[in-house]
Amino acid sequence: MDFRWDILVEYAPFFLKGTILTIGLSIASILIGTILGLLVGLGKIMKNKLLAWPFTIYITFFRGTPLLVQILLIHFAVVPLFLDKTNPILAAILTLSLNAAAYIAEIFRAGIQSIDRGQMEAARSLGLNHVQAMRFIILPQAFKRMIPPLGNEFIVLIKESSLAALIAAPELMYWGRAMQGQYFRVWEPYIAAAVIYLVLTLSLSFLLNLLERRLATE
Amino acid sequence: MIQVKNLKKSFGKNEVLKDINVTVKNQEVVVVIGPSGSGKSTFLRCINMLETITGGHVLIEGIDLTDKNTDINKVRTEVGMVFQQFNLFPHKKVIDNIMLAPMKVRNIPKEKARAKGLELLRKVGLEEKADAFPDSLSGGQKQRVAIARALAMEPKIMLFDEPTSALDPEMVGEVLEVMKDLAKEGMTMVVVTHEMGFAKEVGDRVIFMDGGLIVEENVPVELFDHPKEERTKAFLSKVL
Repeated sequence: MDFRWDILVEYAPFFLKGTILTIGLSIASILIGTILGLLVGLGKIMKNKLLAWPFTIYITFFRGTPLLVQILLIHFAVVPLFLDKTNPILAAILTLSLNAAAYIAEIFRAGIQSIDRGQMEAARSLGLNHVQAMRFIILPQAFKRMIPPLGNEFIVLIKESSLAALIAAPELMYWGRAMQGQYFRVWEPYIAAAVIYLVLTLSLSFLLNLLERRLATE
Repeated sequence: MIQVKNLKKSFGKNEVLKDINVTVKNQEVVVVIGPSGSGKSTFLRCINMLETITGGHVLIEGIDLTDKNTDINKVRTEVGMVFQQFNLFPHKKVIDNIMLAPMKVRNIPKEKARAKGLELLRKVGLEEKADAFPDSLSGGQKQRVAIARALAMEPKIMLFDEPTSALDPEMVGEVLEVMKDLAKEGMTMVVVTHEMGFAKEVGDRVIFMDGGLIVEENVPVELFDHPKEERTKAFLSKVL
């Protein structure tokens, strides 16, 4: 098998553009998904079951249906409800955020519930209200425990952003497919894309490890 | 002053406190003893509403905790609590454990809160541990920090929930010493404990609880040396 470096060189600028969009999609979705996930997670652990119910439904839907179905639904059906013309980048960020939020909500819930009950009691007994106790005592400790599962979720999110190629968002995988279409070659585009995804996910793991070590209290 | 009137507490169908009536006067040290499952810890936890009260009333300085209009957070600032498992905040340094509530609840400036925190650490003999994390301390040191943390809010009342039960025997003394000093200074204290020596020496009054009821209460000398109830006699014969 001969490996055609020349077409890789030719496509390099496109891969670069695609990679930048992939990083953009991932960062935006991680940020929105994390904030949304925290709210959904806090919603689900509310004592009032009636108020918690919508959050449970949300998680059930987004965890229980394929991301591909969600991305097509949002791109072709949901976004056009609000905009004249659908927008693949917007649809991709929306879908990835909403989907990630469902998983992140469960990570937050597990993290918060893993903190010993005595921590909340000690905080409340000092006169802190519930919100202060959450903010200063429970969440900082829960967050430390949530870094490994959050890292997993973020890595999954980076990889799943490749599905945005199917709604023609010009990210990394989109250019891989374009290259295959132009030259009828499969090894070059997909190996190149795989290597770039690997670099992205490894960099993220590295950053999260660093963060985890910085938060150590020993 | 603490007034507990007809206090009842159930966990589901399990009635843990059946009808508790106690008044603790200012500067009084009341020690609560009794077998496990007697409801003594639950009783203590009801005094600052860590448990929701099923029936009856708890009044702190005349303020009824069971009244829906009572700001429970405000009352809690007057009532310090020390737990069996210390419950220090592991992600914060010793000094930050102590400074947190004064700064966030009372809005005391950082410098002032720190000075006060160091003073309290000196009082419990741990000034040099100010910048250590709780995990690096021994059990006795942790509990002394927990006491300092509670005192930082300048409470009028201190509640101790088996403060020495999770400690190695040789560390019990250092914690009891701090508690004795507090009692001498006139702090109003309610102490749930198995330390009968402490009860005798420091307690103004001892309450013996069993089965969710107060079986007997008296000054320590009387209760320990001349218990009236059979149940009290049986319990004391096992622990003394």
